[in-house]
Amino acid sequence: MSRLLAAIGATTLGLLAAIGRLALFVGETLSHLFRPPFYPREFGHALIQIGYFSLPVVGLTALFTGGALALQIYAGGSRFDAQAVVPQIVAIGMVRELGPVLVGLMIAARVTSSIAAEIATMKVTEQIDALVTLSTHPMKYLTLPRVLAATLVMPVLVGIGDIIGIFGGYLVGTERLGFNAAAYLKNTADFLTRLDIISSLVKGAVFGFIAALMGCYYGMQSDRGAMGVGRATKSSVVAAAILILAANFILTEAFFSA
Amino acid sequence: MIRLTDLHKSFGNNAVLRGVDLHVPKGESMVVIGGSGTGKSVLIKCILGLITPDSGVIEVDGQDVTEADRDAFLARFGMLFQGGALFDSLPVWQNVAFRLLRGSLKRPKSEAREIAIEKLRRVGLSSDVADRLPAELSGGMQKRVGLARAIAANPEIIFFDEPTTGLDPIMAGVINDLIREIVTEMGATAITITHDMASVRAIADDVAMLHAGKVRWSGPVSKMDDSGDPYLHQFITGSAEGPIEAIR
Ligand SMILES: Nc1ncnc2c1ncn2[C@@H]1O[C@H](COP(=O)(O)OP(=O)(O)OP(=O)(O)O)[C@@H](O)[C@H]1O
Ligand SMILES: [Mg+2]
Repeated sequence: MSRLLAAIGATTLGLLAAIGRLALFVGETLSHLFRPPFYPREFGHALIQIGYFSLPVVGLTALFTGGALALQIYAGGSRFDAQAVVPQIVAIGMVRELGPVLVGLMIAARVTSSIAAEIATMKVTEQIDALVTLSTHPMKYLTLPRVLAATLVMPVLVGIGDIIGIFGGYLVGTERLGFNAAAYLKNTADFLTRLDIISSLVKGAVFGFIAALMGCYYGMQSDRGAMGVGRATKSSVVAAAILILAANFILTEAFFSA
Repeated sequence: MIRLTDLHKSFGNNAVLRGVDLHVPKGESMVVIGGSGTGKSVLIKCILGLITPDSGVIEVDGQDVTEADRDAFLARFGMLFQGGALFDSLPVWQNVAFRLLRGSLKRPKSEAREIAIEKLRRVGLSSDVADRLPAELSGGMQKRVGLARAIAANPEIIFFDEPTTGLDPIMAGVINDLIREIVTEMGATAITITHDMASVRAIADDVAMLHAGKVRWSGPVSKMDDSGDPYLHQFITGSAEGPIEAIR
């Protein structure tokens, strides 16, 4: 019995310690936001890596999801003669949920992993130590530009994902399910509210922040050696994915529960 | 200039430093020798604050380093890492000129590049390597790029972690001369870690030998050969017979 309690206690303490470490990491990252020197070149590089080069992945993910969604809603809706709602449900499903969540998860796979592996390798090969001896703060030089870039560029990616997702639904709707093109678009536009769109973009920003932060955090915590790099990469992606899904629930609750 | 008092550092139950005392006067070249794994690299990382010691005092210019302004403190240092630690995403010249391209020492790009190429020349590398990536260089070349980076901003205090390991004898001689020159001409204070006894004799004013977590022997390089210390003697002669065990 006491052993069980001890195990529970140890796990709880470990969890609290991890949350504390992460909170300190976030605090330190943000503290560099307003303290010079700044590294605009690193920031620009991160914008391109995270934003521009993610476009193909985001586009394809959204396109296929939107198309599949239209098929499912049509099939499900036809059971009680509600096939006509395809444009509306595709729009709301993509913009409110699937757009931000799937783009977030794809970014976790693509960006979090590469950030974690890069920073962990730098740590293992003493490049982080070398930065310090060259009077460059690793959090300022490595973490802040990536986290900032991801937070700013993710709403754009999510916005693009939403549009392409809706377009995927539109393609399937008009080509396969016999919807009228103009009516499909009108139904979509009339149905979406400003809150839907704002929630989508806010989710994007939060997920981008989480994705880049987890990559940097686990990269910086990496153990020595190739195994350390592997473990850091794996943990960062798992943590980012779970935190994104949890944050999605909380944000959905905050935006739409009323 | 640099004074260590009773420095302790353990990793788990591996007690690496167990009360190190060391003094390096200004403008002097100190060479630290000692068996592999005795904590030489850990020692200089402690001075730089890359590793936090468990206890003990580190003073630079009479000031406790934990109380010093960290940026001002690091601006005076240059460090060559044992593994080079070059930034593999940046071309060689940007590695060397890293400090000159950003922060308080920032200067125009063309000027930084010129300085980088001059420093590369001093470590025996031609300007063709300037635009290559570190991964495209041999191990010894990478080491020398690391050396060029360490001296690029003319630091007052320089640490060299095995500067000649992996170099051919001629190049090792060039690097030894360079380190000696930096100390005598630029008046820098240097701590060099090396296993190469020829290097020790070429570079050192003073020698300290680390063994079992402490400074076993220290003194001027001229006294090294007749120290009367069996540990030091075994190390210098490289003999398998002696008080230092071959399996560690
Ligand atoms: N970050 C670390 N975590 C855990 N142990 C470490 C760490 N750094 C060094 N050690 C341990 O400290 C000891 C001394 O390491 P150090 O790198 O200082 O040796 P060294 O004297 O420089 O050896 P060499 O001449 O081979 O470079 C080793 O036993 C090593 O395993
Ligand atoms: Mg070493």
